[in-house]
Amino acid sequence: MSLLERISKNIQLRSWEGEFPVQYLYTFGVAGERFFRQIKENAKILGARCPQCQITFVPPSLYCERCFERTEDWVEVGHKGEVYTFTVCYRGMDGLPKNPPSVLALVKMLGAEGGFVHRIGEIDPQEIKIGMKVEAVFKPQAQRKGSILDIQYFRPAEK
Amino acid sequence: MDKSVQLKGTAIRESDIKEGKVLSTQWVPKAQYAWDTGVAIGRFLEELKGGKIIGMKCARCRRIMIPPRMFCELCYQPCREWVYLQDWGTVRSFCVSHLRWDASRMKDPFLPSVIELEGSTKGMGFFHLTGEIDPKDMKIGLKVKAVWKDARERTGAITDIRYFKPV
Amino acid sequence: MGMRKVAVVGAGMTRFVRRALETPKELAYEAAKMALDSCELKLKDVDGVVVGSAVDAFDGFHMKGEYLSDGAGGWRKPFIRHSVGGATGVFSCIHGWMHVASGLFDVCLVLAEEKMSPCQPHPQGAFLTVYDAILERPLGLNLTWIVPQEMNLYMIRNGYRSEDVARVAVKNKRNALDHPAAMMGEELTVQDVVNSEVISWPVHRLDISGTADGATAVVLASEEVAKRITNKPVWVDGVGYNLDTWYWTSRDLAYPVYVEKAARMAYEMAGIKEPQKEIHIAEPYDPFTFKELQNLEALLLADQGKAAQLLAERVFDRDGRMPVCPSGGLLGVGNPIAAAALMKVAEVFWQLRGEAGKRQVPGNPKTGLAQAWGDMMQAGTVVILKI
Repeated sequence: MSLLERISKNIQLRSWEGEFPVQYLYTFGVAGERFFRQIKENAKILGARCPQCQITFVPPSLYCERCFERTEDWVEVGHKGEVYTFTVCYRGMDGLPKNPPSVLALVKMLGAEGGFVHRIGEIDPQEIKIGMKVEAVFKPQAQRKGSILDIQYFRPAEK
Repeated sequence: MDKSVQLKGTAIRESDIKEGKVLSTQWVPKAQYAWDTGVAIGRFLEELKGGKIIGMKCARCRRIMIPPRMFCELCYQPCREWVYLQDWGTVRSFCVSHLRWDASRMKDPFLPSVIELEGSTKGMGFFHLTGEIDPKDMKIGLKVKAVWKDARERTGAITDIRYFKPV
Repeated sequence: MGMRKVAVVGAGMTRFVRRALETPKELAYEAAKMALDSCELKLKDVDGVVVGSAVDAFDGFHMKGEYLSDGAGGWRKPFIRHSVGGATGVFSCIHGWMHVASGLFDVCLVLAEEKMSPCQPHPQGAFLTVYDAILERPLGLNLTWIVPQEMNLYMIRNGYRSEDVARVAVKNKRNALDHPAAMMGEELTVQDVVNSEVISWPVHRLDISGTADGATAVVLASEEVAKRITNKPVWVDGVGYNLDTWYWTSRDLAYPVYVEKAARMAYEMAGIKEPQKEIHIAEPYDPFTFKELQNLEALLLADQGKAAQLLAERVFDRDGRMPVCPSGGLLGVGNPIAAAALMKVAEVFWQLRGEAGKRQVPGNPKTGLAQAWGDMMQAGTVVILKI
């Protein structure tokens, strides 16, 4: 005896609608608090270095995920990075066309492991290339809140 | 692991966040759902709209189950025998709650109750609210009857029954 | 049964706090690092990682096990996360045990974490997502509408008064004053508890543990490896777990039969025939005061209807015949769900090794039990440790 029944009239379909009414307030953590403070106050991008593995993590982490030691050395990694990969979005989250389309890239900060997924601005979408050198463009300090959006976008860097 | 051991973990207060001493970010998820009711509950809701309560009987263990299910989870057998239940019964457990889902306080408490409806098997309870009673008079064993919404207001929902009141 | 012997060889934890600055990753790291350091192991010595965390909706990250995996030492390792709601933390030890007993790993790092504070307006709101969306949520059902009903029936069935049950809070919060991680340790009287705000009668505010952020970790090793690491391995002698029907309204709310079943499974494995004699210390799950007593009875560590009397006679005090929740439990240390239950396992570990400091129970206990409860309030998990 099968448990499934065929319903031929769609008015017989029943569903109950509802939502999850909870919201979230995230703090950034011990490492993240320091990282975003420097972005907010000084437009500086920091990384954390594991002396054992000789890797600089961006965003900085309290610990090295590879050897599990604490990363005590924090360094400035500057504003320059390289496009590791990218995509061009022609539709928004709402499914409607985007005009102009937006360019998103995974930007690896120079001299570091890891980087950011962020927008690429001041660029014709046809021109984005893997390996392109880019630099962060910050909002003016008065507008910075301590957020990844304090970086407005990355733009192609002068050589 | 004596009391004197210094453990990690940095306590912060809500006020630290509000005052900007600690940075934060907010997210409001747009998580909306349309849950399929399933065959059993689909029928159950339909019957509520018609002012009736329906359960399901397991042919093997002979439990009359409410809410109805298409299979008995104890016998692991499919069930097909629908059985109407009465809309009155006995309070089997209750509490007097001043707390809403978000932990905010209510001055006038709710009386969440598990009610054994007449026609269901002993021990087979049904969750709803008791009303029209002073919380001090609530007791296990109280006989209660459903207070229904008007037929025109019923939509096929658990809230088609407003609450149960003492008889 | 063809399974290898497994020992707990190290443990670590963070403080339990109402709101931590640390992210779930950082909480996990601090607990895992402390556990590894405690037995002088490095990450490369760990064969696999098991993470327990109760509800994604608290932390606000779906797949939160994978999210915090690097903090749990999971980078490029065999990694799995499980959840059984409130029963998780004790199941974490069982899940880790499976990996080592089967021969798959020699060393398994077990981490339990919960960060409840991101959930707004209150972590309790996340429990809304656990209940039936169609028949129960529209009525406003939440955790504090169900558990007090259990308490009501339990107290009536056994003839217990609020004062009898309130003593659990007095004992546990006092015990917690000696725990370095504790959030809610304090000196209270029975009257303080019974006079505290009625949240959901018969539950008063001081009858409930507090939501929190925290992480706990233990290191499990096979017999051969354990003996090389430490001269005080604590053996996992018995494990048990059981799940009852999701339809809570058709369960006997006064007696958690699934806890008894889990306990029997563990006792059989450990060869324990008289639990009341053979279990020297117990850490039953105590998110609410009455739960400690109800669980003790279902664990067969007290006769039904007798637990409150034994509590009043101080049998369960740290210097009593069978100390119960010498850690301070959830009521005293705090309740970051999964981390809190694994804290109980860690407490038994430290107690059996004589490393519990000011909380140490006298008399060289040899066998201890930790138990947790949860899910749709229908899961029971039990671990028996022996030194």
